[in-house]
Amino acid sequence: MLTGGQILVECLRNEGVDTIFGYPGGAVLPIYDALYDADIRHILTRHEQGAAHAADGYARATGRPGVCLATSGPGATNLVTGLATASMDSVPMVALTGQVPTSLLGKDSFQEADITGISMPITKHNYLVRDVNDLPRIIKEAFYIATTGRPGPVLIDIPRDVSAAKTEYRDPGPIGLRGYQPRLAGEPAKIAAAAKAIAKARRPVIYAGGGVINSGAAGQLRKLAETLMAPVVVTLMGLGGFPADHPLYLGMLGMHGSRYANYAVSECDLLLAIGVRFDDRVTGKVETFAPHATIIHIDIDQAELGKNVSVDIAIAGDVRTVLVDLLKHLTSNPDPAWNEKIQHWKKEYPLDYRKEGMRPQAVIREIAEVTAGRPVRITTEVGQNQMWTAQYFPFTRPRSFISSGGLGTMGYGFPAAIGVQVACPDELVFDIAGDGSIQMNIQELATAVNYELPINVAILDNGYLGMVRQWQELFYNRRYSQTELRNPDFVKIAEAYGAEALRVEKVTEIRPALEQAVASSKPVLLDFIIEREENVMPMVPPGESINKMLG
Amino acid sequence: MRSTFSVLVENNPGVLARVAGLFSRRGYNIDSLSVSRTDDPTISRMTIVVEGDETILDQVAKQLRKLVDVIRVRDITNDPYVDRELVLIKVNADSAKRGEIMQIVEIFRGRIVDVGEHTCIVEVTGDEGKINAIESALKPFGIVELVRTGRVALQRGTQTVLVEE
Repeated sequence: MLTGGQILVECLRNEGVDTIFGYPGGAVLPIYDALYDADIRHILTRHEQGAAHAADGYARATGRPGVCLATSGPGATNLVTGLATASMDSVPMVALTGQVPTSLLGKDSFQEADITGISMPITKHNYLVRDVNDLPRIIKEAFYIATTGRPGPVLIDIPRDVSAAKTEYRDPGPIGLRGYQPRLAGEPAKIAAAAKAIAKARRPVIYAGGGVINSGAAGQLRKLAETLMAPVVVTLMGLGGFPADHPLYLGMLGMHGSRYANYAVSECDLLLAIGVRFDDRVTGKVETFAPHATIIHIDIDQAELGKNVSVDIAIAGDVRTVLVDLLKHLTSNPDPAWNEKIQHWKKEYPLDYRKEGMRPQAVIREIAEVTAGRPVRITTEVGQNQMWTAQYFPFTRPRSFISSGGLGTMGYGFPAAIGVQVACPDELVFDIAGDGSIQMNIQELATAVNYELPINVAILDNGYLGMVRQWQELFYNRRYSQTELRNPDFVKIAEAYGAEALRVEKVTEIRPALEQAVASSKPVLLDFIIEREENVMPMVPPGESINKMLG
Repeated sequence: MRSTFSVLVENNPGVLARVAGLFSRRGYNIDSLSVSRTDDPTISRMTIVVEGDETILDQVAKQLRKLVDVIRVRDITNDPYVDRELVLIKVNADSAKRGEIMQIVEIFRGRIVDVGEHTCIVEVTGDEGKINAIESALKPFGIVELVRTGRVALQRGTQTVLVEE
């Protein structure tokens, strides 16, 4: 006979789970008691939100599901931002929560929160386990749902009497989900129609997103681009899905995309949208997005097809599987003048910044140079730090850029970096942060020090909530309402936690500081004091067409 | 446009909340929703009437299909189908008025299923138009309470919701 907690551990082992991120509490005592003897690594974060983001970072870096564990009530509600983050960015994750005993459910008991109700809109699916005998089946289903189709977070709520109850462990057998049968292959007729449209196109552009990375299709994407000689623009989630040093690469499109990426989309006659969802930050004014293009949309999620933009050819299926099929019968006939035009735009409107003073873009360039040739993973917080990283760090491999895209969660980057470093102990990990965001989960410095994770945090410190300040400057007549920050001494904070720290105020100090950080085997926090009112440019004003950019 | 969706769902706790939550958070308008279990006790069937343009109706079906507990979704609006709704109306009915009310109920092929000292309950089954008509016909007598089941529907002939679109 095993307890529910022991059965849970057994099931996690069967799913290949080697690491979980969590925080104990009353309702998960039977689970923690089972973990005490288990050969699963448990990383104790200092806040449940940190556990959720760490599991998310672990999943994004590896492609394997991240697992987090929290107690009932506040423990569970602290996971909410992490679940919503993972849901918006299609990250495979399984969240386990304790719950009050079934006899106390629905009675507003101590530390009771209806987490299945709360998390319904921000999970792919969730479960409340009422009988310990259901546990093996539910866990198996949860991992299957989280990792197949369009990935996403699944939550399992386990009342304390269920995790304490004893029963015989029984293998649940094959999965029988009548309502969930993800399909991989695209409809052959649609793929043929797409090939035909591609053959006719003179000015093709590929618009690639996170679906390319999730399905492991970076190789197919590259082959597609090179076969068609079509330039590639990527979304924030697509960074790393196509090598930034490739001649066909045009960088990110949309609100803070490069001018040449946005111009190419605005003038192309064929837009091949792959693993993307036509987010408003990408399309700008929907009515004028890719106005001359026949649009082909490939996505695993049928509901994304035609949701935001009406498309000409919609192919539901796994990006990789569809691209493999599509590549079989592909001919193309691009107009040589199209490539010339793009080269001209690249030369005429380069992505650039002013060089005097402490420019955040220069810090990011230096991070890229210092880490060049070594495997590196970059996480970011949200705001200017994130956009500058997206613009200026040349990502060349999938899963190397890890950032909260859809939800835009400040405080994501540092705990995510913990998950990434745990997953990739031999790689360099940088969290590129802002002085606002870093304070939203700064307590995880304790976790990083505790587990000797050599994460490097680069704070682009301008003493402002920079992105909001930028909007106030541009659209609210420089009325900086509540965006100036009076910050603590980040160096002292990091040192108090037991990490190394440096403040960098001169351009000449950037490189040596980074080299010191990279060489250190400890967590290092670098506080870069940057130009206070540097803006992220170019920028498409909200609601404007993407070819009408400022800056 | 108005569409009628037949939806088969797992008979799990919370499935109604999942469907209702989906409609509210995505801003879809439900005209009516009826739900009960089918001949298979593990499956419930919903008939959902939704108002919206073509894009919205397309999204309704696709978003419903994404729910793990939803087994099948079918927009039957353009298929031949039979639909019914049942209404119970408690209406003021003094002895003086009772004859008149009975006549109206007769015309609508309804039934009087309860008679009290001052009221009676009328039961009528039919499509939406008929239900609306009896409601207005009884209004002058004073409707005390009214409850409608919402539309239920089945496709005609051998077609079923289980057949793939």
